[in-house]
Amino acid sequence: MRNSWLVARREFSSFFASPVAYVFIAIFLMLSGIFTFFVGNFYDRGQADLLPFFNFHPWLYLFLVPAIGMRSWAEERRSGTIELLMTLPITITEAVIGKFLAAWGVLALSLALTFPLWITVNYLGAPDNGIIVAAYIGSWLMAGAFLAISMCMSAITKNQVVAFILAIVICFLFVVCGSGIVLEAFQPWAGNLVIDTIASFSFLTHFDAMAKGVLALNDVGYFVILTGLWLYGCQIIIEQKKAD
Amino acid sequence: MISVKHLTRTFDEFIAVDDLSFEIAPGDIVGFLGPNGAGKSTTMKMLTGFLPPTSGEVKIDNLSIDQNAKLLQKKIGYLPEGSPVYGDMTVYQFLHFIADVRGLKGAEKRARLSDVIKQLELQSVLNRAVENLSKGFKRRVGLAQAIIHDPQILILDEPTDGLDPNQKHHVRELIRKLSQEKLVIISTHILEEVTSVCNRVIIISKGQLRFDGTPTALQQKSRYFHAVSLTLSYAADISGLAEIEGVADMEIDRITGRVTLFPEPDTYILGRITDYIHHRKLPVDSLYVEQGRVDEVFRRITNGAAA
Repeated sequence: MRNSWLVARREFSSFFASPVAYVFIAIFLMLSGIFTFFVGNFYDRGQADLLPFFNFHPWLYLFLVPAIGMRSWAEERRSGTIELLMTLPITITEAVIGKFLAAWGVLALSLALTFPLWITVNYLGAPDNGIIVAAYIGSWLMAGAFLAISMCMSAITKNQVVAFILAIVICFLFVVCGSGIVLEAFQPWAGNLVIDTIASFSFLTHFDAMAKGVLALNDVGYFVILTGLWLYGCQIIIEQKKAD
Repeated sequence: MISVKHLTRTFDEFIAVDDLSFEIAPGDIVGFLGPNGAGKSTTMKMLTGFLPPTSGEVKIDNLSIDQNAKLLQKKIGYLPEGSPVYGDMTVYQFLHFIADVRGLKGAEKRARLSDVIKQLELQSVLNRAVENLSKGFKRRVGLAQAIIHDPQILILDEPTDGLDPNQKHHVRELIRKLSQEKLVIISTHILEEVTSVCNRVIIISKGQLRFDGTPTALQQKSRYFHAVSLTLSYAADISGLAEIEGVADMEIDRITGRVTLFPEPDTYILGRITDYIHHRKLPVDSLYVEQGRVDEVFRRITNGAAA
């Protein structure tokens, strides 16, 4: 695990050596502000909570997380450093975990930097801070699942743009499969079992409760298992295709 | 000790490495030669455990690299083709990262770092991002990375590619210095590199082994080996030179006027030729014994049938 930590440290500082992390954080903060205040009607609701902020996170992550995950392996492959990395005494698993932790760390930092919103609600009213902390954790877990998908897609190709688009498509499927539009399309002909199964794969369904501050085991488990599975897939793809 | 048995690697229909077998012992400095696309880099990728072979096996110290890749990679220093490095890091950060991964700690790490930095003369660029360095410096950073843990086995894929003649000389000196008690494999297509650094030559072409021996043995395969070349200050009758006992053939370069006399196998013809020149008072300007032209042998071996 020491090697994972070394890889994570290297990757994390490389995010900040280029403008990637700064641009990402700036845009994340701007968009989350816009969604909360203009689309989510933060003031008009007259309630001291961060629900309008968290509710938009799946949609925000849908575009932003693939942007942070796309370079992880694609860049490594394009520049040939994958050969260097894979011939160092670091296992693929350690490298995958290290890279994931670094990018997840950037996401954690972005989330942490939304603290002015939290101060704002505390200034305006008396929110339940336990709920807010739980929602932050839930949001970070969901970001991890988005990230694992993005990194897996990044492992497939040398091209960051291809990785980005593939990641968005797959993340989009995971987000919308629980939305009303998709479920209604299945309603007339599919049974309840099918609809429930489809809905249970959705980020929206699982994040819904989390945004309200309920960290149920099945929701947490869903995101953790999903993250694990996609990272495992990423490892297998690299194993198979590292030299292509 | 590296032992390669029936190593084969195919990419779809293309056979990159075709049934390659050889053994390399410590103390061997192997020049791994071949035309572009001969399978040199593919072989090196399999030696370092980066690429799994389609069939056959690579054993290092009697352990198969397939099952013990991470253990064996600790013993190997590897410079991949094109010397890939993390561009956004500074030289100092990059070398630190590699030293950490290689498990160096504390005083030993500091000592090794300052040692490789000095050996490869990287002091002036330590705080510059690797991507902004010149090709020569990048290559040297790649070399520094490969030797930082003082590995027993050093595998260098075109270590002098893109360096100027001074740097090439410097790197060769470095390899010579490092290679005591070590096992070194250098791929290159610069032939003089092999005769100046290596004590063993392996030539492959189209993935197959074409030659495995010492640089001298390679020179001996040249038809120029122990041939005698001479130039005349003015035209004279030299037809008698070809008649000398032991001379198999005579060639005259129409442009430079150089005359080359090829010996029959295992005969020294220099003495007889000088006698003849003396006797006939031929106007000879220069006269020398050829050492064998490696480039000619290389062309013959890699283009034609197996040697």
